[in-house]
Amino acid sequence: MISEEQVRHVANLARLGLKDEEVARMGEQLGAILESIDKIGELDLEGVPPTANPLNLTNVLRPDEPREELPREEALAPAPEPVDGLFAVPRID
Amino acid sequence: MQAQARETYQAVIGLEFHVHLATTTKMFCGCRVTYGEEPNTHTCPVCLGHPGALPVINEKAIELGVMAGLALNCNVAERAEFARKNYFYPDLPKGYQISQFDLPICIGGHLDVPLGDETIRVGITRLHLEEDAAKNVHVGESGRMHGSVGSMVDYNRGGTPLMEIVTEPDIPSPEAARATANHIKEIMRAIGVSEADMEKGQLRCDANVSIRNPDGSFGTKTELKNMNSFRFVERGIAAELARQREILESGGRVEQTTLHYDPNDDEVHELRSKEFAHDYRYFPEPDLLPLELSEAWVSEIKSRLPELPDEMRARFVESYGLSAYDAGVLTADRDLAVFYEKVASEVDPKQAANWISGDLRARLNEAGVGISDSKVTPEHMIELIGLVGSGNISRSAARDVLGTVFASGDAPSAVVEREGLASMGGDALSGIVDGVIAANPDEAERVRGGDKKVIGFLVGQVMKEARGSADGGRVRQLLLEKLGS
Repeated sequence: MISEEQVRHVANLARLGLKDEEVARMGEQLGAILESIDKIGELDLEGVPPTANPLNLTNVLRPDEPREELPREEALAPAPEPVDGLFAVPRID
Repeated sequence: MQAQARETYQAVIGLEFHVHLATTTKMFCGCRVTYGEEPNTHTCPVCLGHPGALPVINEKAIELGVMAGLALNCNVAERAEFARKNYFYPDLPKGYQISQFDLPICIGGHLDVPLGDETIRVGITRLHLEEDAAKNVHVGESGRMHGSVGSMVDYNRGGTPLMEIVTEPDIPSPEAARATANHIKEIMRAIGVSEADMEKGQLRCDANVSIRNPDGSFGTKTELKNMNSFRFVERGIAAELARQREILESGGRVEQTTLHYDPNDDEVHELRSKEFAHDYRYFPEPDLLPLELSEAWVSEIKSRLPELPDEMRARFVESYGLSAYDAGVLTADRDLAVFYEKVASEVDPKQAANWISGDLRARLNEAGVGISDSKVTPEHMIELIGLVGSGNISRSAARDVLGTVFASGDAPSAVVEREGLASMGGDALSGIVDGVIAANPDEAERVRGGDKKVIGFLVGQVMKEARGSADGGRVRQLLLEKLGS
């Protein structure tokens, strides 16, 4: 299970503002997920390397060659408040 | 008592380097890596963190990382993975940095750092690859902020291939830390992995600093960030060690914290702890596949590894008969080393070393240019050293000639001719020596009587008369001959 404190901590790290009733509901849901993951612990995995990716592929690489870049206006288009070609963001605390 | 107490405080220093790799494009997208261009002119959906955009690993970055690892005597991992390091900051548009965690590309190496006449071995814990963050332009730096806005971001740097090198806490002093940073730069430049220019932010250095407990165990360490020059690495660590000593001497305890060195007041300042509440929740990057660094690939990269500074230094001592110091000075700069070898192939290697590590390097430092940007060519140096060797010009005249060559790029022989700097012929010099002896009978008599101390005075008089176009050694010899002493 996951404690209320842990839920609040994770929510804070993810910058999610949860109401008290949401904390309880999220706790239940996350708990259920953790429980099913715990089932893996019941298997004998001695000598099995951790799987980082389900695809059985490695070394998918690209050559060091330039590709098309975005024109600056396009890059800045989604920004609510560009200033002199820069993305403006709220004060960092 | 003070000095005694200080000796018992032994510094324990580990360094963390961040090195921009010399690729054409970014780590996970094909945008160009640039410096000093207009903000946000080299971006794409990948490095801007647009939803759905997928990263692809730059092969060259892997090769350069492996090359650096080999140069630092590391073990290259057979299998490596990328991981997400999660935190929120505006310079990180995805909300995570793609980095490496438990399976970095290289582990366990070392480098031997020249420190005065000695060498210290510094262990390398690990070397991993990641993407650099974008650049925050904070309020006050630009003076063009709107009221509601706090900072502005330029994503040109975001996604630049970055290599992190972590050393073991083997470094015994601030001087040794500076030397280690310097040596890392030398190696990176020598193998072409990075320009490693600290001013451009291509090489950055953080330090973990603690003082060993009396029982030999490690004391509490603090993390020192943002030392953006070699000088500040040394001064920042010295300032932090002084702070820790003071705390310990007054019976206090060092708190684990992150500090920032401010060169303006030569003190360290604590960063607000909230900024560095680390809980990164690393997990394997699902958008990238693992790397398999096969033996064949690694040995192919190894075969392309150029001569390392340590190897070159040893070779310079061995084949040119240079002192360890001169060899160190010349090999510290790859361009200068190449220049030296061209000169040393034509003239006496020791003379070449004296001129290049001495006069020429002093002029380069003074002008703040590298050898490849200067007007002096190896052919110039060969000619100049030849002119001195054949007695055509005196050493002091040669220094002036070098100055003119440095400024103009003219051939030394042309400068000598134009400025009439050729050494005086034997007859003319002999005449001056005779004149000086005649004008200073008392001093001449004392030299005849065996008092060698006044000879310097007479040499000086001759040199003055000859206006620098005489060789001091030759004048001295001539005086001694004439005075039968």
